[in-house]
Parts: sequence; structure tokens; C-alpha cells
Amino acid sequence: MARTPLQFRHNGRDVALFVDGGSNLLVVLREMVGDTTPKFGCGQGGCGACTVLIDGDAHLSCLTLAEAVEGRAVETLDGIKSGPNLHPLQRAFAEGFAAQCGYCTPGMLMAAKALLDRTPQPSREQVVEAISGNICRCTGYEPIINAVLAAAASLRASA
Amino acid sequence: MPVTVKTFQAVSEAASALSSDRAARYLGGGTLVMRDLNEGDVSIATVIRATDRALQGIDAAGARIRIGAGVTFARVLAERELPFLHPAARSIGGPAVRNMGTVGGNLFAPAPFGDFTVALLALDGMVSVQGGFGVRDMPLEEFLQSRDRQAGALVVAVSCIRPASADAFRYRKIARIKPKGGSVITLAAHLPQSGGRVSGARIALGSMAPTAMRAKAAERALEGRPLDATAISAAAAAAGEGTTPTDNSLASAWYRREVVGVHLRRLLSGQES
Repeated sequence: MARTPLQFRHNGRDVALFVDGGSNLLVVLREMVGDTTPKFGCGQGGCGACTVLIDGDAHLSCLTLAEAVEGRAVETLDGIKSGPNLHPLQRAFAEGFAAQCGYCTPGMLMAAKALLDRTPQPSREQVVEAISGNICRCTGYEPIINAVLAAAASLRASA
Repeated sequence: MPVTVKTFQAVSEAASALSSDRAARYLGGGTLVMRDLNEGDVSIATVIRATDRALQGIDAAGARIRIGAGVTFARVLAERELPFLHPAARSIGGPAVRNMGTVGGNLFAPAPFGDFTVALLALDGMVSVQGGFGVRDMPLEEFLQSRDRQAGALVVAVSCIRPASADAFRYRKIARIKPKGGSVITLAAHLPQSGGRVSGARIALGSMAPTAMRAKAAERALEGRPLDATAISAAAAAAGEGTTPTDNSLASAWYRREVVGVHLRRLLSGQES
């Protein structure tokens, strides 16, 4: 079996592995790195549960060839907290009832983080667009949208 | 399941590898090939990538715009010189897919996907293909007709004309999940006018055939005439000619044929969909 050496930065820490050729990034993160926050949903790009940031941009890890992240920075939900403290987005989701089964939550949070990193004070329309590639089956979108807006407000208050 | 990944710097080397291996697929952004690999497509034994900067360039300076095949839709949206292509780029997937999906890969997307290609087809799109003996330019329409036999060729760039005016180019995607879902119908029309009459009409449809297609009967109905209610009605009536839509979970072939004229009329007369 053809295995390829792969080095990338995972939530600020350098990772070096040998991966099976043709593996997608989601499998590598979950099964080799041990980071199970990105979720396997559809495997074809439609649900957004596997959203991660690559060099700060939202990508679907199930459609990302693992070899393509050589030398790049991958950020998952596991990496957005600050020491023992929740990221404002995490706190807003928890306090705003923006999760129910929680399966879509890692993808939603990373899509929202990609937005807030670039647009700290988004409009509601911008939030809707940012999560438009993510499907939620049970919470519904209103609490999620409100939580992202609340996180933005708390970031503004703390700035 | 074991797949060999080969990464080349030069497009010509990647094209050589691609054409010499029947079980090879070229991977751009991954939104098509990775999906196939995830589904266990055993016909893929080799994945070929190229890092050539020629795949990433955008040249918007002239009347003909050239876009590298590896340019993502997010890049297109960030390009201020290409506002007429923004509606088509925005209609593809969500933000993550737009960060990954490429202009070149979109040429290969099966119906009901491939919306950006519909826009390019209406804008006299050309495709630069790196084959065994160098780069060849071919009309996008011709490329699409022979697409399944182009698997061994590597697309380097696409080009299209800049619309004659902001109003001359129109794009619309009819989808059940707006805007990111597969399309029920995608429409694009370039209608330059000369002396108050349409001159050089091009109308393209998506999801109405295995690939994007020209609606030539509708084009003929508009050519040389003022863009008035009579001409629009004639084009709408002819919109379905030559189409071969299929049934899928989004819409039946019957439905697509019934409503394509309705949506073309709305597009041409400036009505909201």
C-alpha cells in the first residue's frame, strides 16, 4: 500500500504522519491525529459537518485530499478555545441553545469562526450566508444565527 | 482503495502522466474526485495534481478574460474586475465549497451541477487543454460535447468575453435549495445590442442536457430583433428545443421542459424568478 509522508500544523501543533494515498483530511484527522471534532456526515460535500479551516479559510475536510494540506495550517473546533476558556462562539452556542444533538455544531462553529475572523461584526445576512453550506437537522437555524450574532456582540464588547 | 498521488510542478508533466494512465484522475479542488474516492470508486488508481502557477492566474485586462483552471470560485468573487461572473460563482455551494471548487473542475461537473460553465458558455467560452503535443484552444461547446473523451487531457485555463454592457449578460439559477443546491434549471444569456437590435445572442442552459448546452432556437428567435415582448415570447416558446433533460430527485424531465420557457422569459424581461 502506497503511503505518503505528510506534515502540517494541527491547531498550532506540528504533526507528521504517513498517510494512505488518496485519503481525505477528515479520515486523517479523526483516525490518525485523534481529533474527532470534525464529523463525517455525507462524504460528498453537502452537509458541512466536516468543516475545518485551512490557512484560515473554511474547507470541507471530507473533500480535501490529505496530501493537499502539506505545510499548511489546519484548524478544527478542538483548537478554538483559549486555554481553559471557551471561545465566545462556543459560549454563545451553549448559552443560546444553539445545539441539540450537536452533530452539525463543529461544522457550524468553524464556518462561523471563518466569518468572524474576517468580518468581526457581521450582519444577519452575512451570518446566514456563512452557514449556508451547513445543514442542521434538529436545532433549526434561528438559534444558531442568533448565537453567532451574540458571539460577535460579545467580541465587540471585549475589544 | 489504495491510490497513488502524484504531484507535478509543470502542467505539461501532469498532462503526460494523465494521458498515459487510464486509471488516473486529475484533482484540482477535490470536490468531484474526492467524492468519487470517498464512495469507493475503484476505477481511480492514481490521482494527479499540478502546482503550476499557470493554473492560478486571472487576466482580466482585455476584452477576453482568461482564468486559470485552478482558480477557485472564492477567488472569482474576490476579483473586482469580474463582477459579471459573481452571480454564477456565488450560486455554487456554500462558502467552503467555493473556497475549494475550481473553474476547471466545474467543466466536468455532471448535471445538475456545473453552473459556472453555463455562464462561460453564454460568454463564448474557450478552453485551453494541455495534451500530449502542447496546448490547444477549443470552443467550450465543442469541449463539452467531447468531454467524456477528454479525460486524458488537462484543462489549463478557460476564457470568455467581457459582456458588452452590464445589462447584456444575465444569469439565473433555479434551485430548490437556494443558492447552493443542484439546479432545476440554470440560465445564462449574453445579448449584445447594435442599433437597438440583438446582435450575437448566446443563451446557455444547465440541467437541460448531460452538459451545459446552447439554446440555439431561442437565440435565433432573438437575433436581429429588438428585445421586446414579441421577441421574448418567441424565444421562450423555442427554449425547450434540442433539450434532453433527465428525471432526478430535484425535478422531472417533464417539469424542466415545461418551465424552461417561463424562466427564460423572466430572465430576458428582467423579472424576478
